[in-house]
Amino acid sequence: MRFGVAVFPGTWSDRDCAHAVELAGHEAVMLWHKDTSLRGADCVILPGGFSYGDHLRAGAVARFAPLMDSVVDFAADGGLVWGICNGFQILCEAHLLPGALTRNSSLQFRCQPTWLRVESTASAFTAGSSRGDVLEIPISHGEGRYVADDATLAALEDEQRVAFRYVAPDGSPVGPASPNGSMRDIAGILNANRNVLGMMPHPERASEELLGSSDGMRLFQSVARSLARDGAVAAAAR
Amino acid sequence: MTVTSAELTEPTSAQLAEVALTRSEYDAATAQLGRGPNHLELGILGALWSEHCSYKTSKPLLRGLPTRGSRVLQGPGENAGAVDIGDGLACVFKIESHNHPSAIEPYQGAATGVGGILRDIFTMGARPIALLDSLRFGPLEEPHQQHLFDGVVAGIGGYGNCIGIPTVGGEVYFDAVYRDNCIVNAMCVGVVPHAKLTRARARGPGNAVLLVGADTGRDGIHGASFASVQFDASSQSRRPAVQVGNPFLEKCLMEACLELAGDPRVVAMQDLGAAGLCGSAAELAHRGGVGIDVDVSRVSRRERGMTPYEVMLSESQERMLVVVTPEEVVGVQAVFERWDLHSDVVGTIVTTPAFVVRDGDDVVCELPLAVLVDGAPERGAPGPRPSRSPQPGEPAALPAWSADETLMRLLGSPNIGSRKPIFRRYDHQVGDGTIVLPGGDAAVVRVPGSRRGLAMSTDGNARYTAADARRGAAIAVCEAARNVVATGAAPLAVTNCLNFGNPEHPEVYWDLHDAIAGIAEACDALGVPVVSGNVSLYNESEAGRIDPTVVIGMVGLLDDVERRCAAGFAADGDLIALVGPVGHGIDSSELEHLAFGMDRTDSAPDLDLDLERRVHRFVLEANAASLLRSAHDVADGGLAVALAECCLWGDRGASAELDELAHERPARSRVAGILFGESQSRFLISHPREALVQLEELAGRHSVPFQALGSVGGRRIKISGAIDIALDVAVRAYEGALSAGG
Repeated sequence: MRFGVAVFPGTWSDRDCAHAVELAGHEAVMLWHKDTSLRGADCVILPGGFSYGDHLRAGAVARFAPLMDSVVDFAADGGLVWGICNGFQILCEAHLLPGALTRNSSLQFRCQPTWLRVESTASAFTAGSSRGDVLEIPISHGEGRYVADDATLAALEDEQRVAFRYVAPDGSPVGPASPNGSMRDIAGILNANRNVLGMMPHPERASEELLGSSDGMRLFQSVARSLARDGAVAAAAR
Repeated sequence: MTVTSAELTEPTSAQLAEVALTRSEYDAATAQLGRGPNHLELGILGALWSEHCSYKTSKPLLRGLPTRGSRVLQGPGENAGAVDIGDGLACVFKIESHNHPSAIEPYQGAATGVGGILRDIFTMGARPIALLDSLRFGPLEEPHQQHLFDGVVAGIGGYGNCIGIPTVGGEVYFDAVYRDNCIVNAMCVGVVPHAKLTRARARGPGNAVLLVGADTGRDGIHGASFASVQFDASSQSRRPAVQVGNPFLEKCLMEACLELAGDPRVVAMQDLGAAGLCGSAAELAHRGGVGIDVDVSRVSRRERGMTPYEVMLSESQERMLVVVTPEEVVGVQAVFERWDLHSDVVGTIVTTPAFVVRDGDDVVCELPLAVLVDGAPERGAPGPRPSRSPQPGEPAALPAWSADETLMRLLGSPNIGSRKPIFRRYDHQVGDGTIVLPGGDAAVVRVPGSRRGLAMSTDGNARYTAADARRGAAIAVCEAARNVVATGAAPLAVTNCLNFGNPEHPEVYWDLHDAIAGIAEACDALGVPVVSGNVSLYNESEAGRIDPTVVIGMVGLLDDVERRCAAGFAADGDLIALVGPVGHGIDSSELEHLAFGMDRTDSAPDLDLDLERRVHRFVLEANAASLLRSAHDVADGGLAVALAECCLWGDRGASAELDELAHERPARSRVAGILFGESQSRFLISHPREALVQLEELAGRHSVPFQALGSVGGRRIKISGAIDIALDVAVRAYEGALSAGG
């Protein structure tokens, strides 16, 4: 499978995402923000970083990059788009996902391990996990507090579009130990068509036991397996 | 060629003070030039002859450092040092201070310190893979110190997190001597294939000089001179001399420069740091034995009405000089444009070794580079070595704390407690290479695309250097090496940052002299060369001066990151042993500091460099033979704190019995020395039971003291009936130690 990894000025998880993709045995191609070609990618990753220096707001400028026009079209056609950290922020700014990511409740940057409970397996990203699985995947952000209005939150819950929730290591509610104060402890969400995932934690940093956890690799492998299964559909949509 | 601006007739004392030159230095400059400098030339001379740029005081002393070694590819004198790490790769690293700006504006001071050291590394063509920071502040309970501490940590994170280089290590101490002069030293480590190692040496008359990156503004003018004078009441009003960082711009600059590393179109690269354009252009040309002709009218500016003086001396950040063959200018500019970076051709390399500045058609400065870069008269000792008067009176009695209480106080002290509140504010994992996270001894970062790992640590206990500059500095080298060795890595090379007071005072000068001698002794004994470094003097105010603060940055090589050794206890049932001597005395220890505050004894712990080397060999061989489960150096707080740290980091208890506490009923002061004394050359190790015989044999072969202490397990920390604390209680004290500030 071919994963396209977007590179905006200020992106810094691009190499890490490519590293994880290659560890999973797949191909990574870099997608330059000034280009419109997705270079035949089967899944587009919008990686972490400070695209455009977070000027105005995190993700606010990146949504206007030429590459993003292609990403929006790709998503509309059912293509898999995976926003990680700054990529999640960009997806919200581009209205591919609802809600917004605001300053952590601690008012400080946080780089630490977090534990995510898989809340929905009905997506290419999470099909490889079971509902209730707890994944150890680290965060690294200053603005990761997910907020949305009540109607949006209700819709996300009703349609089982909350992909991951921050929990304690044993899977119980995280409570005051929330790393960023996200509403309903939301760590990642899906769009209505379930082909776009945004998540604040960095699965590419949990890609090897050597790095402390390989739980993130399950998401990369899940995407690849889903693509292989639905390859014909995805190819036709493109 | 004639310089159009009239020369000054004998500048006033105020004019000389403005550029931080003494009258005799001015006279020396006039004699070397055969004329008086004009206003711009005086400013440029002041900047380049400042201590910060010229090292006029420290240079003669630094010549004593060992800088050669079989792995050294680049020693001091370039933007950073470089050592061979195998596989055709080089590790490039350096440490640098940003003390003065951080004291005035902590966030930007620290942020631009990080930005500056990053530029030093990628200017050499190396991709930065890690940052470390060594920090010193006044007492954490004081609100102003909390403001400085919080601002500096936020600034380091703000820059490093945004540019996407992990901050993996460092250290922080709090002591009243840093109340007016905080210490902010930043170290960066990068990796580059040998073939792409880029030097800052201009060549080829006729080659074009590109200025790339940020536009030039009025920020940071006289920054170099400002760093070379003592703080006074007006220092806070020097805020305009503090630069403002833009990590996003630097990220783009870094990626573009790394694209060009090893490109034959690029002759040389040099970042703009201290003394701005004039400092960088002069050094670039002088290193290459050529001259440089710069036209200030071609420099893009951030604001209108800037004079040539302001343009040349501005320390606006995120700028780079790139020397390019004339026919390739357009192609190289295209690489920068792809990253949305503006570049101007601002000058030309010329044959005559002179520094020429034009403003359009007018020549406004013409100075021989030999005068500008090497002409500053070196400063010798300002006076004879002062004799140290021994501390009068009886040593004070220790407070009536039980051993339990003492350990709890130490674990909860800002100098020893958990650093998590700091490093969780830094992205320490970006790059997918951080194998050993911050918080233990050294961090270990994987060399990209390889199984090799680089262990790195910064260390320097200023209480030891205050008591004895020579031995204290040697201990700093040894402790940094010990941290690296504890991970199983062999020490490779050293970078150092020497933070001292005003060297015009004999006691400061001689401390500097002795500290450098101590570094040289220890580096020689351990076989690690010094490949880069920085000197920060004038860390002094009307209220006092800092203790001599030697910060050693050490990098070690681990051939396979899978063979790394943990710092914390790893398995219940493992045995624990002390490698090295049993503690004696609490001189200059953290306990002494905690018990007596400013009252210091006058001696640093003993140091036997030969024993030190043997202990390192023992640990490295034991780890290579897979005999160890963990290794941790015994440092601040002594054996009891080291044992507690191994328990806290491994989340398991331990029980230890010391022979010295079992056979006799020693006096209280002797117990304190055994438990909390900071004797050197020691590790606390844990190992599987079946490894004991081999370890004892190995210790015998290296003539290293080895004492089996007990075993890992349970949920309590116990030592010889003297200490018995629940692990959970220790955790609370340890984790809360920085709560006053973080």
